[in-house]
Amino acid sequence: MKDKFLCHKLSEGVVEGEVLISQDDICYYLVDPETGNVIENGHDIEGQSVSQKIVVFPSGKGSSVVQADGLYQLLMKNNAPKAMVIKNPDTVLVTSGIIMEVPMVDKVEEQFYQRIKNGDIVRVDANNGEIIVVRN
Amino acid sequence: MELTKSEQEMLEGKHGEGVALAMKVQVATGEAFGAARMVPITRAHVALSNQDADTWFAEKLAKAGAKCKIAPTVNPGFSLAYFCGHCQSQQAMTAKDIDMMRRTHNAYKQLGAILTYNCTPYLGSNIPQFKEIIGFSESSATPYVNSVWGARSNRESSLSALCAAITGLVPEYGLLLDENRKGDILVEVQADMDNDFAYQMLGYMGKKIGPGIPVFIGLTKRPTPEALMNLGAQLNTSGAYGMYHIVGVTPEAPTVEVAFGDKEPARKVVITNQDLREIRDAISHAPGRIDYALFGCPHFSINQIQQVANLVQGKKLAVDLWIMTSANNKYLAERMGIKEIINAAGGDIVEETCTDQPCWHFLKGKVGITDSPKLAYYPKKRGLEFVIRDIDTCVQAALKGEVE
Repeated sequence: MKDKFLCHKLSEGVVEGEVLISQDDICYYLVDPETGNVIENGHDIEGQSVSQKIVVFPSGKGSSVVQADGLYQLLMKNNAPKAMVIKNPDTVLVTSGIIMEVPMVDKVEEQFYQRIKNGDIVRVDANNGEIIVVRN
Repeated sequence: MELTKSEQEMLEGKHGEGVALAMKVQVATGEAFGAARMVPITRAHVALSNQDADTWFAEKLAKAGAKCKIAPTVNPGFSLAYFCGHCQSQQAMTAKDIDMMRRTHNAYKQLGAILTYNCTPYLGSNIPQFKEIIGFSESSATPYVNSVWGARSNRESSLSALCAAITGLVPEYGLLLDENRKGDILVEVQADMDNDFAYQMLGYMGKKIGPGIPVFIGLTKRPTPEALMNLGAQLNTSGAYGMYHIVGVTPEAPTVEVAFGDKEPARKVVITNQDLREIRDAISHAPGRIDYALFGCPHFSINQIQQVANLVQGKKLAVDLWIMTSANNKYLAERMGIKEIINAAGGDIVEETCTDQPCWHFLKGKVGITDSPKLAYYPKKRGLEFVIRDIDTCVQAALKGEVE
C-alpha cells in the first residue's frame, strides 16, 4: 500500500507527528489547555490528548469564538495539535487555524483513512499538498 | 486568487500593518476555499468574546493602526457597571479578569466598532437586506441572517469577521454563491414543535442531522423570531451550520424542490419527540435541587423577559434568577414596569453580558437551570452545571428551588 497521499492546503506549514483519530467533530474550547485532553462528555476521544498530535477528524463545530480561543489557549501551553486533517472545512475552524498558524489540510485521498491508525507517524506538508506516512 | 490593484496594495501594507494582516488572513481563507476574488461587504457583526484570543487579536490590529472600514456591531463580554457593583461576583473575579474587559472595550473602541454588546443584532441593531453581502460571526447570527433574512454571509469566526470589518471585503465562496445555498439534507420533523424550547432541542440534533444545509419540513406552525434564534444558536453548538431552510417559511425555500435546487437530498433524517427527549436528558444535569436560574444565551428578547415577568408577578423566587439581554431591552423593561416586577420577586436583568465570562465564576460548583443548551455547554469549562428545561419550567423551578 502506498505511503504518500495527496491533499489540499487550508492553512500553511509542514510538520511531522503522531496521528490521533476522532470520529466526532471537535470544538477546541472543550479541550483542557493544561493537558490537551478532550473534556467534552461522550466525545469519541474524551480523555485523550490532542497535544502535539496530527489530529484527524471530520470537521470543526461550535461557536464562532471558541475554536480560535481554544486553539490559542492550547498554543500558550504548548498543547495545541501539530496539524489538523479534516473532511468538511468550515470558515470558523479554517480561519482560526490560519490566524493561529496551525497547518491544516482537507481533501485527502480516501485510501489514507484505511491506511492510518492512532500512533502512526505522518508528515503533513500543507504547502505541497501531501501527507507521507513515515512509520506505522 | 485574483486581487485588484488596491487589494494588492492593502495586502502589501500600503494602508498600514493592520489592514495588511487582516487582508493576509482573508486571502489565505479565500485560497483555502477556492475563492476567485474579494467582494465588498456593507455590514458586519463581530462576536467579540473578551476571551484571550479575541483580546489578543483586537489589540494586535488596533496597535497596528487598523480602523474598521465597515463599523461592525459586537457581541457582549460582561458589564463592568453591573458586576463591579455585585459583591459576590467581584470577589470571585481576579484583577486580571476586570482589566481584560477594559482592554477588550478599549481595543474595539479604537478599531471603531459600534459597541452594542449584544448577540442578537439580527433582531434589531443590524438587520441586513435580502441578498446583501455581509460578514457576520456569532452562532445564532449567521444562520439567522442567511436563512431568515436571505442575506449572504459565510459562517465567519469572530476573528475573520473582524478582518472583514477592517478591509470592508470578504473572499467570495461558500454561501455567497447561489449554487452553495441549496439544501443537502431533508429533515422531516415529526416532533410536536409546540413551543420555542422545542427549537432549542431541534437545533441540538446536529450530530443526527450531519454536515450540510438542512431543509426542515413538517414545521407547519410559523416559528417565532425567538424559535429561529434558538434553532440557529443550538445548530452551531452541536455542529457547524451557516444556513438552513424551512419550507414555506424562509425566503429561499418556497417549496422542497426550490430549497434543494431540483437535486436529490444527500440524506434524509426524521426527528421525533423521542429524539428531542433523549437529547435533552443527555445534555441536562440531573433534576433535583437548583441554586439559581440563568437566561439569555442568546440574549432574551423583550417578549421573553415579559414571559418571565408574567410567571413571577406577585411571587417570591426561592433562588437567584438572572436574565441577560441588551441595554436597549433592559431599558424597555424598566420603562414598561417589567423590571420592577422581576426585581420585586428577587430576580434581576443583566445588560450587555455573556454567560461564558468570569463574572459568573461565583456560581462555580452550584447547579443552575436554563432553557438554552448553548448556555449550558460552554461554561462547563468554568465548572458551571445546568439542568435544561423550557422557560416556564425553569421559572417554576426557581420559585420552588427544585425541579422534577
